[in-house]
Formats: sequence, C-alpha cells, structure tokens
Amino acid sequence: MTAATALFLTAPAAVPLAVAAGYALTGSVRHELPRGLPTVRRAQDRRPQRAEKAAVVTAQGATSVSPRGEVADASPPGKSAVASSARARHPSDWAALASPTVILTCAALLAADRVDSGSVSAYSGLLRADALTAWMLLVVGAVAFIACASAPAHLAAERAAGSATAWTVWRYHMLVQTFLGAMCLAVVTGNLGVLWVAIEATTVVTAFLVGHRRTRTSVEAAWKYVVLCSAGIALAFLGTVLLYYAARQAGISEAWALDWPTLVARADRLDPAVTRLGISLVILGYGAKAGLVPLHAWLPDAHSQAPAPVSALMSGVLLAVAFAAILRYRVIADAALGPDFTRVLLAGIALLTLTLAAGLLLAQRDYKRMLAYSSMEHMSLIALAAAIGSPLALSAALLHIAGHGLAKATAFCASGRILQLRGTSKIGRVRGLLAQSPWLGALFGLAVVALLGFPPFSLFASELGIARAGFAAGAGLSWVTAAALLLVLIAFAALATRTARMLLGPGEPSGESPSALWPLVLGLMACAALGIATGPLGDLLTQAAAVLERP
Amino acid sequence: MSEGLFTQLLNLACGAFLLAAVVVLWRRELAAIVRLFALQGVALAAIALLLGLHENRWGLIVVAVGIGALRAGLLPYLIRRALKAFVAERDGGLGGHGGSEEARETQPLVNVAASLLTAAALTLLAYAVARPLVELDPTPATRALPVGLAVVLIGFFVLVTRRRALAQVVGFLLLDNGITATAFLAASGVPLIVELGVSFDVLLAVLVLQVLTVRVREAFGTTDIDDLRELHD
Repeated sequence: MTAATALFLTAPAAVPLAVAAGYALTGSVRHELPRGLPTVRRAQDRRPQRAEKAAVVTAQGATSVSPRGEVADASPPGKSAVASSARARHPSDWAALASPTVILTCAALLAADRVDSGSVSAYSGLLRADALTAWMLLVVGAVAFIACASAPAHLAAERAAGSATAWTVWRYHMLVQTFLGAMCLAVVTGNLGVLWVAIEATTVVTAFLVGHRRTRTSVEAAWKYVVLCSAGIALAFLGTVLLYYAARQAGISEAWALDWPTLVARADRLDPAVTRLGISLVILGYGAKAGLVPLHAWLPDAHSQAPAPVSALMSGVLLAVAFAAILRYRVIADAALGPDFTRVLLAGIALLTLTLAAGLLLAQRDYKRMLAYSSMEHMSLIALAAAIGSPLALSAALLHIAGHGLAKATAFCASGRILQLRGTSKIGRVRGLLAQSPWLGALFGLAVVALLGFPPFSLFASELGIARAGFAAGAGLSWVTAAALLLVLIAFAALATRTARMLLGPGEPSGESPSALWPLVLGLMACAALGIATGPLGDLLTQAAAVLERP
Repeated sequence: MSEGLFTQLLNLACGAFLLAAVVVLWRRELAAIVRLFALQGVALAAIALLLGLHENRWGLIVVAVGIGALRAGLLPYLIRRALKAFVAERDGGLGGHGGSEEARETQPLVNVAASLLTAAALTLLAYAVARPLVELDPTPATRALPVGLAVVLIGFFVLVTRRRALAQVVGFLLLDNGITATAFLAASGVPLIVELGVSFDVLLAVLVLQVLTVRVREAFGTTDIDDLRELHD
C-alpha cells in the first residue's frame, strides 16, 4: 500500500466532512445562529412572511382535513426584502461542488490503480477498495455532482420565495456534505461494523433535511423516516452481531471477524444456522434502507417531502449504497449456505416490492411520490438481478444502479423546479409544462423516458441484461422474471400516462432561462452515454461484478 | 470470581434486564417508563461488567462503564428533559391540567393485559429462535442470550403499539439495548471502534428524535403519533 492509495481511500469520506466543517465555521462566524432548542419562534421573528405562512397552515389545519405542505409553497412570496436577497450572488452554494469533484477523481484513480491489483486497503482493513468500491464511488460522485450543481438554482428560488434563510441554507449545506461523507465511508470501508455505523449515520444526518420545511407533512415524514429506518437498520446490526458471533466461533480473531474479505474467504467455516438467521436480519434491515418490503413505508413520504436535490441524493445513491451492502452480504451468505437461500429470499422480496410499487403507481396523484415509487420499482429489479446472481445479472444490476441514479437524480431535480414553478406537487394541477417551459418540460420528460427503460439510456441495456439473465437461469427464476416484467409493464403504463398528462396541454410560455438546467442535461447525457457504450468503464463493470460472484 | 457465582450473578442481571422491558409494558406514566429504561441500562452495564471481570479484560470493564453512563445516565436524562419541557409548557398554558395528558400513554393500541401476554409469547419465541445460537457454544453467557433477543422483540412491540412519541423513542432504545446485550452475551461485545460508532449513532438518533418530538408538538399540538396521518396513498 502506498501513501497515494491511502490518500485516495481517505479523501472521498474526509473531504465532504471537511467541507461540512468549513460551512459550519463560516456559517457560525457570518450568521447569527438561533440558540437553544425552540428555534422556530426566534426564526419567525426574523422573517415575518414565514410566520404568516405558518399562520395560514395552522388556520387551515383547524378547518380542512389535509393542509398539505404545498399550501405554504403556493402562498404568495414575501415582497421587498426578499427580492434583493434573490438577486445577490451566493458563491458558497458552489463550494459544495468541491466534494463531488474529489469523489469522482478519487474513484477514477482508484479504478485505474486497482484494475490489476485486485484490492487495496489501509488502516488495517478499515478502509478498503476493490472494483465494486470504485464503481459505487463513481456513481455517488456523479449523482452528487448533479445534485450539488442543481442546488444553487434551487436555493436561489427558495430564497426568492422567502422559504429559505441564511440559517436554513447554511444548515442545508452542512447536512448534505456530511451525508455525502457518510455515504462514501459506507462504500470504502471493508469492515461490516463500520459499514453499519456509516449507513445509520446517513439516517441521522438526513432527518432534518427531510423535515426542513417544518410543515405538518414534512415533520411527519421526518418522524416516520427516523423511526422506521433506525428500527429497521437496528435489525441489520443484530444480524451483524450474530455473524460476528459465528465468525468468532469459527476461530477468526476479534480484529478480523467483521472484515468482509476475511469473512468471504472463511465463510465455509461459519455455522449455517446462525449465519442463516444473521443474513435474514441483515437483508431485512438494509432492505429497509434500500426501500424494500416490508419496511419501505418511509420512502414515498421522505422522498416527497425532502428538498429536490436531497431527494435526488436519497433516491439516486442512498438506496444504492444500502443495496451495495446487501450485495456484499450476499457473497458471504452464498459461500456459507449455498445460493438457494438468498435466491429465494431476494426473489420473494423483489416480487413483493414490485407488486406494491406497481399497484401504488397506478393510483398516484403526486408526482414526487410517483418518482419515489418508481425508485422502489427499480430497487426491486436490482434485487431480482441479485437473486439471479449470474455474472450477466450482476453486471446488469451494477449498471442499473448507475443508470437509475443518474436518471432519477435528473428527474427529482426537475421535479423540484416544477414544484417551485407551479407551487403544487399534484399531477392533476400541472398541465402544459412543455408549452410553459419547454426546456424544463423536455428534461423532465426525457428523465422519465430514461426511467421507463427506453434506449439510448443505460436502463434499457441493464433491464435487457436482467431479463436475459433471468430467462437463462432455470425454470423457477424464469417465471419470477416473467412476472416481474409484467409488473414493470404496469408501472411503465402508469408512469407514462401521468407524465404525459403533466407535459402536454395548453400553457402560457413563461420565457424561462434554461441556463440553470445544465446539470440535468449533463446527467441525461451521462446516462445516455453509458447506455451506448460503457467505454473505459466496461472493464471496471466486469470486475466489479466479478467481486460479487459466488466463490 | 468462582464459576458458580459468576453464573448466578449473570443470570440475575439478565433477569433484571428482561424484567425492566416487561414492566415498561405495564406502566403508563412516561416518567416511570423512562426510569425503567434507566434501570435496564444499569442491568446492561452490569452484564458487561460481569463478563469483563470473568474474562479479566480491562477493556470490557471500561466499555461497561461507558455503556452505563450512556444508557443509564445520558439517554434517560435527554428523554426526561423533553418530557419536562412538554409538561411545564402545558401546565403554564392550560392551568395545570393538560400536562398529565402529555406525560401519560393514554391509550396504547393494545391493552396492558394483552401486552403482557404478548411479551410472554415473544420471550418464548426468542428462546425458540435462539436455539441454534446457544447450541453453537453453550456457555453460561450464551445460555442467557435469548434474553437479549426477547428484549429486541419487546422493544419492537413497544415501538409499534405505543402512541406517544416519547414512548416510541423508549421502544427504539429498548430494541437497541437488546441488541447490545446480545452482542455482549454472544461475543463479549463488538470491537471497540464499532461499539463507539454505534453508541454515537444511537445518541445522535435520540437527539434527532427529541428535536423532532418538539416539532411534532409544534405542528400537531400533541405528541400522539396517531395524528400523523396526512401522508398516505
């Protein structure tokens, strides 16, 4: 191991945390922060228009049944003081781009570094990178780049609407950067205990991002998110503990009993009964975080309430990072128990999740929730690929993770703009988007087209790969794949008709300025490029899939 | 410490650990529930301490002290502080009568008798599920391991059946205590760096939940989670 390798391993997690610390320092110097816990009243003193809105919401709460969050958004923005702050430039918003850039660079260097050396590690295995790590880091970096690059426009609009203050923006940046740091740590660690700590840290960090608007709906979403994810992921920790117990009984020393490569190498010595219990708990627990049945209920709420760039990160990479954890455990389970156990478990969960997502997509009236259910649909496709487990299926799963991340990040960022433009997240009330703002409408439409799996976007290639692998994998899995394809078609129809309803129809041209939409164009182009030719990433993809193959 | 004495003390601590979780189901006053949770933290620290003394591992003894400070001291303190804030606010605002409403679990989804019966069933289930775990290495510590799993299940039960936000937080913490106990009984605890990370995460989660409880109350006027039903399909 060289010093350079150690640097590449440390930087992806350390740089976002350092940027977060930087925001914390400059923020506490420049802005007067609210002190103490009951911050709301203090904050409302400083922004009267906010207090007005709160009053609107509470008044409606007393009379109507469902005072949704958008009531606050739809109310007219505050007037004089706000206009000037909207025009002011905010260079600190762009500083957030430093971390995605570093993550992407480190991922590329790691990919080049370990192509011939298998894996590299530092700090006695606590940080470790193989082809899968490099691939996941690339995905995290790319999606984070789209999300962080769309954030300035999003925040400027929020400032203009009076729903963001210096304090909330400062907190937003700090939490997003910490979130990125925790996700990178989850990806680059070789220790299953540290993996758990990092994934649970993402829950804690994003809680306030989900609930940042402080309306009834967003507080409710944040509460459900923290309770369900923490409880779900606690099960994953119990599973980890049981696996640790099995490893210690198999004669692995304390320091290495949670080390992933050690466990994979000696999986045949683990006690099958204990491992079976542990793995089931782990898949259930990380499945909660990846949006899989039965602990998925937080997902549509949190995704629909979080600010758009955060939804993009949560859907595009948080689910994928949790899923990468499941993929790693699957290797241990298959070596210890044979492939049938995880195959049945994952295929069952995939079908249940897909059925639920398709059913709820049919009845969906809120476009952010629609995108959230589409995330569940795609996660269950990845689960199906993991259940199939052939090299083709695994590469398709990893490609699907990347394509879904890029397309969904674009779709969520565009949906955030639509929410700001129209002040509602109801599908029925958004019409004529293409006529009103052609660029935004086209980008949103194309992102949904990518999510539907049309060529040239990479989801076409990966879905085709999953289907081919499924039909080649024997009678049982062929039936599961056929059922899954049918459900995907239902979801396809629901998604397509609802998006068409939003895009088409008459509308007043609003003379939009498309310059702020460049990150979305970039995301779609990356997704399409990945679908046409994987290029230099092809080798990396094959090797990443090889890491996950059954030993 | 002789083998026999160690076993007896360990079983005593595990008994107290399980009993605290069961009694949580019986009490309705949130203050009493928090006190029981603190008591359970003491029992958990005692389990770790006994294992440390038995195996002569100083590291484990230090961890036991840390666990005790966190789970019997800091976490109960945080919950109690949130509780006091609600009660004081209500008493000030509504002439002294509203406070008790926030401090009590008025109507859990499952009544007390049924809850206690469920706890018994869950404990039996834990013993059944833990059979392979005990058989792998039957020592006094692993024989007590089902207690940890039983507390995990009871914690889950509290989490899904209680309606007050703070009672749900206690449920989550019971769940976590159960997992920590399982880790100690099965393998003398997870490695130190993981234990530190886990404790830090749990502390942060409780702080986040505490702040969210305040916001739930600001937004909904109560901490009754049943009122959180605006987001659905």
